[in-house]
Amino acid sequence: MSVSHGDSEPPYLHPDYRATVRRAPRRELVRLPAEWFHHLPGPAFGRVPVRSEDADLTRQHEREPLGERIVVSGQVLDSDGRPVRHTLVEVWQANAAGRYVDPVDDHAAPLDPNFTGAGRCLTDAGGRYRFVTVKPGAYPWRNHENAWRPAHIHFSLFGPSLASRLVTQMYFPGDPLIPLDPILQSIPDEHGRDLLVAALDLTITEPQWALGYRWDITLRGRNSTPREG
Amino acid sequence: MGEDQVPTPSQTVGPFFGYALPFEGGPDSAGGAEVIRIEGQLLDGAGEPVPDGLLELWGGQQFARCRTDAEGAFHFTVTKPPPGSEPGDEAPHLHVTVFARGLLRHLATRMYFPDEEAANGRDRVLNVVDPARRHTLIAQSDGAVLRFDIRMQGDSETVFFAL
Repeated sequence: MSVSHGDSEPPYLHPDYRATVRRAPRRELVRLPAEWFHHLPGPAFGRVPVRSEDADLTRQHEREPLGERIVVSGQVLDSDGRPVRHTLVEVWQANAAGRYVDPVDDHAAPLDPNFTGAGRCLTDAGGRYRFVTVKPGAYPWRNHENAWRPAHIHFSLFGPSLASRLVTQMYFPGDPLIPLDPILQSIPDEHGRDLLVAALDLTITEPQWALGYRWDITLRGRNSTPREG
Repeated sequence: MGEDQVPTPSQTVGPFFGYALPFEGGPDSAGGAEVIRIEGQLLDGAGEPVPDGLLELWGGQQFARCRTDAEGAFHFTVTKPPPGSEPGDEAPHLHVTVFARGLLRHLATRMYFPDEEAANGRDRVLNVVDPARRHTLIAQSDGAVLRFDIRMQGDSETVFFAL
């Protein structure tokens, strides 16, 4: 059985997100049989260094960062419903004031000397991951007049095959900027967009310490085939 | 649970991945006598360099990652994957993945080697590509390095494969 993607994936060209106009490929993508490409083993990412302390973004400096401490945790499954074990998860985000350490970011919000905003971990034998961090702030960007990104955490995952590679963003429930964001709204169907919004979860929450958010991730599985468009 | 869970949708890598994804030695996946240096430039539809791209290269058990610089330039050091490192009648090649601000999904392409003319001619993937576009998948010898530019749009738009 092959996985149907419907309209849950964004198109390459989405003019409301201006940067796609010069960067989306315009020629038809070449479709290869899945066994020539999609089912091939994906990168061995073992060269990317992962230390256990990399999963706690609040313990990477002398003091704790400012902001609302949170735990973000979930399970990585493939589209056949099986846990994806021991795969690399990389995250990056703005600080609580909405500013990235990356020097490309020139937003006039303060840097936090105790926050880099980058983390890594491997999923466990059940496909689970867990990060401790602070809730990122919203920030302005130049896509259009008065454009603001909703709070989000960037995620990068590998999975077992060339088709399972995923770079995406996790959003927070109830964020009023979500309906205004051309990046999230590039996903045509509501169910697809909802898949990128975490849920507040009191079982992940650490009482008297940090709110918990659950966000499960589904990577394309062994039945994946090339997408349309 | 069960089959047909909808995969989590993709979103752009954005411009701010600099402290997270690049890692020490990331572009250099191989050393030794057989090492090949690949240099290229990532270009947008206006022919302008893309200074905030991230490329990954995978093949023959080598994995490398390089962010583009202000000129859109990237480089890798690799070895040519040995014959038989992938199934089927395919010439030696490396898988290349492109991430960038403005790419809501990543791009997938391949880099073939210019000194493998006979094998390239038989390659089953190159043979399904429009002959007029095949050259975009084959690196060019440029002195001691291989040159592999990636054009996201335009007359010489690189061939990308449906994910």
